[in-house]
Amino acid sequence: MLRYTEKIQETAKRLLQEKRVDAFIGYGKGSVPMMNQPLMVSDPDRVDRLYWDNFCGLNLCNYLTKRTDKVGIVANGCNSRNIVTHIIENQIKRDQLYIVGIPCEGMIDHRAVMRAVKQKEILDIQQNGKTFVVKGADFEETFEKEKFLQSNCAVCIHRNPVIYDELLGDLVEEQTGVSPYQDVEKVEAMDPEKKQGFFTRLISRCIRCYACRNACPLCYCPTCFVDESRPQWVGKSSDPTDTLTFHFLRAYHCAGRCTDCGACERVCPMGISMRQFTKKLNKDCQELFSWEAGLTLDQRPPLDVYRPDDYNDFIK
Amino acid sequence: MKGLLEHVGVEPGRLHFSWISSAEATKFVDVANTVAKEVKALGPARYFIKKRAEVA
Repeated sequence: MLRYTEKIQETAKRLLQEKRVDAFIGYGKGSVPMMNQPLMVSDPDRVDRLYWDNFCGLNLCNYLTKRTDKVGIVANGCNSRNIVTHIIENQIKRDQLYIVGIPCEGMIDHRAVMRAVKQKEILDIQQNGKTFVVKGADFEETFEKEKFLQSNCAVCIHRNPVIYDELLGDLVEEQTGVSPYQDVEKVEAMDPEKKQGFFTRLISRCIRCYACRNACPLCYCPTCFVDESRPQWVGKSSDPTDTLTFHFLRAYHCAGRCTDCGACERVCPMGISMRQFTKKLNKDCQELFSWEAGLTLDQRPPLDVYRPDDYNDFIK
Repeated sequence: MKGLLEHVGVEPGRLHFSWISSAEATKFVDVANTVAKEVKALGPARYFIKKRAEVA
């Protein structure tokens, strides 16, 4: 994974020098371990700040919305699918983009690492292939990467970028035999009362900071429905019903668009698994419309088209 | 929409969708009666209802 850092820097330098792009969007090392931050470079001499490891879980597509210049961007599987979604939704044009594809092997869940070291302060993390070493003031531990993947990466079946101008490594083998919707099926099997309990507990910690919305590349409305006050669609307090309404509607706005990149869960300060909402919609889209978001530029998303044989059973 | 609402715990039968033309009076009556019957059978909703804020 680390080997990509140099390649990204070289590519970015070349693109900027040749003036193929005006800016290059990638990741930079965060100020604390495990927290890589989005980084936009426009000066070819400053590409050495670009970085890549297994903590690049934020979605860079957020920074493409409505740009008018030419941009180079780093894209792994899910990011590339969001780029496709952005192009389909007319948020950016394909010819403005130079996509640097990165075959991805999954991102590490920083919360799982923190739990594994019993919330002690981590000063440094080094990755060597399939393992990584976590160092703190008075401890040093080695973990297997495989066991610490973000929950969305563990069940990911689109690790390779679907769209790119240049690929920085060999395509990786896609995972087979994973069942991505196991947790959704578990909830589906519950009776309404149990479901109510499940979701009430799930969102009970939510502080309505909207980090999940801000990190999501799909949420680019000029004014979000939760911020509007005339009319005020939903209450702004942390009342459980308002909070559920927020999560419910946020998820619904992502129907047929979500690529399960996991940025929402990654940024949540309270560690809420709000992918429980979006995953259900992904599953429905898959089952009812055979649709997975962001795989092709040639097809309109399901909520955008009408077909006479569309799923109709809910209308009497 | 119905799928997700039911997924988060709204009882099946509380939410109905129908397409009725202004010329389909009998269909309207039928649907209204079915909806009323099914919702009555479920009883009053207790979930997804905003209560007045409790002021200390």
